[in-house]
Formats: sequence, structure tokens, C-alpha cells
Amino acid sequence: MSTTVIRNARLLDEDVVDLLIEDGAFTAVGTGLDAPADAHEVDATDLVALPGLVDLHTHVREPGREDAETVLTGSRAAARGGFTCVHAMANTDPVADTAGVVEQVWRLGLEGGFCDVQPVGAVTVGLGGERLAELGAMADSAAGVRVFSDDGKCVSDAVLMRRALEYVKAFDGVIAQHAQEPRLTEGAQMNEGPLSGELGLTGWPAVAEEAIVARDVLLAEHVGSRLHVCHVSTRGSVEIIRWAKSRGINVTAEVTPHHLLLSDEVVRSYDPIYKVNPPLRSADDVQAVREALADGTIDVVATDHAPHPMEDKECEWSAAAFGMLGLETALSVVQQTMVDPGLLTWADVAGRMSYRPAEIGRVAGHGRPIAVGEPANLALVDPSAERVVEATDTASLSRNTPYAGLTVPGRVVATFLRGRATVLDGELQEVYA
Amino acid sequence: MTFTHLLSAADLSREDAVRILDTAEELLSVASRPIKKLPTLRGRTVVNLFFEDSTRTRISFEAAAKRLSADVINFSAKGSSVSKGESLKDTALTLQAMGADAVVVRHHHSGAPHRLAHAQWTQGAVVNAGDGTHEHPTQALLDAFTMRRHLVGGGAGPLGGKGQSLEGKNITIVGDVLHSRVARSNALLLDTLGAHVTLVAPPTLLPVGVDHWPVQTSYDLDAAMEKSDAVMMLRVQRERMNAAFFPSAREYSRRYGLDVARMNRLPDHAIVMHPGPMNRGMEINADVADSDRSVIVEQVTNGVAVRMAVLYLLLGGAAEEENE
Ligand SMILES: [Zn+2]
Repeated sequence: MSTTVIRNARLLDEDVVDLLIEDGAFTAVGTGLDAPADAHEVDATDLVALPGLVDLHTHVREPGREDAETVLTGSRAAARGGFTCVHAMANTDPVADTAGVVEQVWRLGLEGGFCDVQPVGAVTVGLGGERLAELGAMADSAAGVRVFSDDGKCVSDAVLMRRALEYVKAFDGVIAQHAQEPRLTEGAQMNEGPLSGELGLTGWPAVAEEAIVARDVLLAEHVGSRLHVCHVSTRGSVEIIRWAKSRGINVTAEVTPHHLLLSDEVVRSYDPIYKVNPPLRSADDVQAVREALADGTIDVVATDHAPHPMEDKECEWSAAAFGMLGLETALSVVQQTMVDPGLLTWADVAGRMSYRPAEIGRVAGHGRPIAVGEPANLALVDPSAERVVEATDTASLSRNTPYAGLTVPGRVVATFLRGRATVLDGELQEVYA
Repeated sequence: MTFTHLLSAADLSREDAVRILDTAEELLSVASRPIKKLPTLRGRTVVNLFFEDSTRTRISFEAAAKRLSADVINFSAKGSSVSKGESLKDTALTLQAMGADAVVVRHHHSGAPHRLAHAQWTQGAVVNAGDGTHEHPTQALLDAFTMRRHLVGGGAGPLGGKGQSLEGKNITIVGDVLHSRVARSNALLLDTLGAHVTLVAPPTLLPVGVDHWPVQTSYDLDAAMEKSDAVMMLRVQRERMNAAFFPSAREYSRRYGLDVARMNRLPDHAIVMHPGPMNRGMEINADVADSDRSVIVEQVTNGVAVRMAVLYLLLGGAAEEENE
């Protein structure tokens, strides 16, 4: 395998160094490194080197809706966003609730070569919320599933949730809960508050999330299991998780870029590009999730990248699909909302977007520090860049970004997966080119 | 006019609203002529785009446009597999191709007229004829028009309140505010016109955040009667009790329905209104609906005049400019 030397990269917030990559691993880190004459040189002057990003929450639409996203197109979008590993949610068609489906998704990721795609297994058969899927078989499969979720739907039955939490202890799994009390959110369209009343859209109350989070942390405590809370969106959820952590309950949590940046005010436009589940919340909730990400109450940023074809967004609000793209803009949004205001350092970003998500997902070979002997998974970022987001400038098959037209800071210049450049100068690098 | 579409009652300043009411007052006299037509909108095309059945509202808009000599195209999209909204965009593009100058939209989804006006699918003026549980601004205008005729200028009727607002009037709106587009538009418009609005409903039928509205709220209908200049009863669907909004139709009617005993506690000059269609025996008693205080039939008549005024001001002004 080839050798690459990266010159003058800033290692997180620390020193400017050269990085030597041989056979997919870092073999030297230091200043003025000697490199073989045939080594590929990358100039990283003024760029920050981050460990390859890891997403705990990506929707690729394969199998089933390959018109919206495939494993390959999702992986390419991920690479452009600086990711080297993504967790593919189970709500495909067929649902990823068997060893066969998760292995298929995992293999497609490997074959694509842009990003490791770690499948999430469904908790219940067909996301039906009635019977446990064969969690052990998915754990034992080649895909080695450790994260289980019915995401898109909540495991609302308390007994089933308890059993799932208990059962996955046998293989160190975690249940990632989409916290949404179903009866309190029937027909829900947007955050319930003054604006939903004014706009005449059915409300999705914060309590519908918080009631499930409260129940689940207590269940996790009772059975001594590991719980992960997907896309925390309200101040109340933050407070419950903070309390649970202070009691020593084994709970982790994620926040999406869009809940860090946008509040429900944008719904005034009735433009379904802003329709997402859980919904965009109040400005106060946005403030709360930023603070929680800063103080570690929320462990990680996860994109909830959710591609949809345009016809599911170019329509009336209530008829539109929930979800928005996130992979290619996540780092910029985190820089804008957290790094630039001084709430997080780049080292903190590495923790929240690489080390910690890999640890929660139990993925080996990702979320490792940039150090000799570690796999060369790496993102080079230009934090001084500014760019205007364009909906068509994407590797995703879909266009449903809520940030089109916004100027955001930061740009991923290069991404390396086990030493291979998947992105250079901001451009995808074809595998066999 | 300061508005190019009429999507929400909030689009209207007090000046706009009073001008619409004054114009409606003048146009109402057309209805009493033997030839009920004015040439104002000749050559203009008004499309009635109805994604939801409402014969009453469609007929009212149709009559309004025809009395102004506009060409009227009725487009009923209901039943044409409109579960997804692609058809809203496609329909809008069709209307654009047909050269619609105004599109009157009725839709079961809140915000659909807003999408139509702002997604650049059509260039015509968009008039919201009721969208989901959001708004119904022309209903609010016809209600305000009816109130002004009875409550302002000594209740002189024709031209009695010309140029005037509803400053200081106490209006009580009763019923399913949560699901009512009429209540939303009325709360906004009546506030703009200087009236004091009280919404009366069981707590389950008031939306979260109603404390941010420019209104007072009460759970007690009896307490609101004596100070009301007008009381407006909203339609309440019996099926709401299945979703536990209230225990039974009988209990609802007892606590929040308007019967003769309650009506008799109103001041002498007060009027009783209902946007229709009524649920007699539910929110309003038949004797009340047919009483002298009831202006419900008049509301329908006034609807045509007010909608003429809206179309005239949205389209007629533009025509005059083009001719200059
Ligand atoms: Zn989810």
C-alpha cells in the first residue's frame, strides 16, 4: 500500500506536525518528518487534523428507497463531511431486523470503500413494537451489530423496552431510543408551543419526549443496562439526563446539528424543508442542548441524516416527510454553534464526533487518537473557510438540506479512511482511480 | 393596499381592514340592484381552487367574482388522489399557465395557501378561503363587517359605521378554538380593529400558547355574557368527545352551548353569530339560531360583499395602474 505524508497539520488545538501514513496506519507523528521519495504529499498548512468522524445516526435508504439514498451515495456524502464511519439506521425496507439484512448493508459499505457502514439492528421485528428481533443473531453476524434501535418509531411498550435493555447486555449492546410517546404525538407536525397554535399545526409536545426519556433512564438503572437517547431536543430531556448521569445511570445522549442551530421560528414559512422528527424546538431548547453538549451531559453529535426525494418536500407541510440531510454540513454547524462561540475546542469536537460515538457504538478501529500505531482515519478541516451551502452541491441523492443559502464556517478539505484518501481538496477520490 | 395576498388576517393593517369594510359597504348596494354586475374585473380570471368541500364558501366567492365580471374557473381537486401534495405544485403550475390573476384556495392542510403564494409556483394573488386549522380571513372580515353594521354608528345598518373600526367592542367567541380557523382569524382581525376579544372554551379546546394571543380567555361562558356586544358560537364536532376533548355532547352543550336562558343575559343590543354550518342542539340552540338577535343569515349575505371587496382591492387596483 502507498505511503502518504501530511505536512503542517494542526493536531486538534495543539502543535503543528507532519503525519506519516503507511499501510493504513500512522507510523510517525512529528515535525520535519522524512518521507520516502514516492510518498504522496498533502499540504495541510492552516488545516486542523481531526480523527475521522463517526456518526451514530445516519439513514441510508438501501434497501428499499434507493431513489433517495444508497449505501454508496450515503457513504460518499459521509466522506465529504469528514466521516470515516456511520451507523446506518434500521428503518429500511425490508427492515434491518435480521442477520441477513445487516450483513448486506455492512458489505455494501465495505465494497463502496468511502466509509465504514456499521448497521444498527432493529429492536423489534419490522419496527412493529411487538416482538424482539433476533438481536443476538445480528450481534453475532459479520456486521457485529452493537447498537439496536427502532428509530423512526419509539419502543413505547415498557416491558419490551425493559427486556431489550436486559437482553443486549449479553453482547455489550446498547438500545438507542427514539423517545416519542406515540399517543401524545398522534398527527403531530411541529413543536407544540405558541407557534403551533398560531400556525394551526398539530403540536408535538416536549413532554412526549421527556416522559419516555424519564421512563427509560429509570428502566436502565433498574436493570443495570446501557441506554442511548437519540436526538435529544428539549431542555427537559437534558435535565433528566443530567440527573440520571449524576446518579450513575449508564445513559448516553446525542444531539443533531439541526437542533443545535435552528429553532421552530423557521416553520413560519410552512416550508417542509424544516420538517423533522423530533421537531425543531424553541430558542430556549436550542440554548439548552448547546449547553448540554458543552458540559458533556449530551455526549455526542449525531446527524440523523435523512434523505428524501423532492416530491416529499415540495408540498404542503402536513403532507411532507420528516427529515433533513446532515452529513456534509454537520461539522460546519458544530463549528458555528459550538467552536466559534468558544463552547468547544477542537479536542472537544474530536471527543463528541469521533472518540465518544465510536465508544458508544463499540466500533473497533474508529474514534482513535491520531498517534503512531493507530489506524489512519482522519479529517483535515479548514476552519477559516466560509461557504454558502447549496442544495445541489452534495454527494447525496437527495437535496433536502435546511441550510441552503446559509453561509457557514469551515470546510472539510480531506478525509482518509485507513490511509486511503476518500476526499482530497474537497473532491471525492474514486476508489480505483 | 399594503398586501398582495390575503393569507392571514394578520396581513391586514387597521387601515386595510377598514378600507375593505367600507368597500364592501358600497358593493353591498350592488346586490340590491336589478342588474347585480359591475364591470370592474372584466378580462380577469379568478380560480376557485378547492381541495376541500365547502359549497357555501365556493358559491360565495363565485358570486363575488361574477358580480365584478371576472371570468371564474372552479377547480375542485378533492377526490383526485391528493393525499400527497405534488398535485398542489402541479395544479399551481397549471393555473399559472392559464393566467390566473387570483387564486382562491381552500385546503385541508394548514399553510397550503402560504405555500402556494411563496413557493413561486404561481404569480396570481392568493386568497386563503380556509386552510386546515389555521385561518379563514374572509370569514373574519365578513364577521367584522356584520358586527360594524350592528354595533357601530348607533347600529344604523347601511353605511352606519363607515370609516370606523370596532374600537372598544367586546366580542366573545365560544367553542372549539383549538381546531377553528375562524377563531384564529377573528382573534387577529378583531384585535387589529380595536375590539376586545374573549375566547371561551373548555381548557382542552384552547391551544397551547393561547396566552400569547391578543385575547382574554375564560372557561366560564355565563361570566362572559353580560359584557358581550356580540357572541360568536363556533361549530363543535361531536366526534371530538371520542378524543377526550370533552366527556359528552350533552355536557358540552350544558356548559358551553348557547340556549335562550344564556342569550337573555346578553345586553339588549348584543348580536348572536355563527360562521356555519351550525350543529343545532350542540353549540347553539334552535330557538337562539332563529331569534331576533341572530344575524347568521345576514352573515352569509355580507360574505359576498366582503369577498367582492377583497377581490376588487387585490385585483382592481392593479388593473387601474396598468391602464395608466
Ligand atoms: Zn429518530
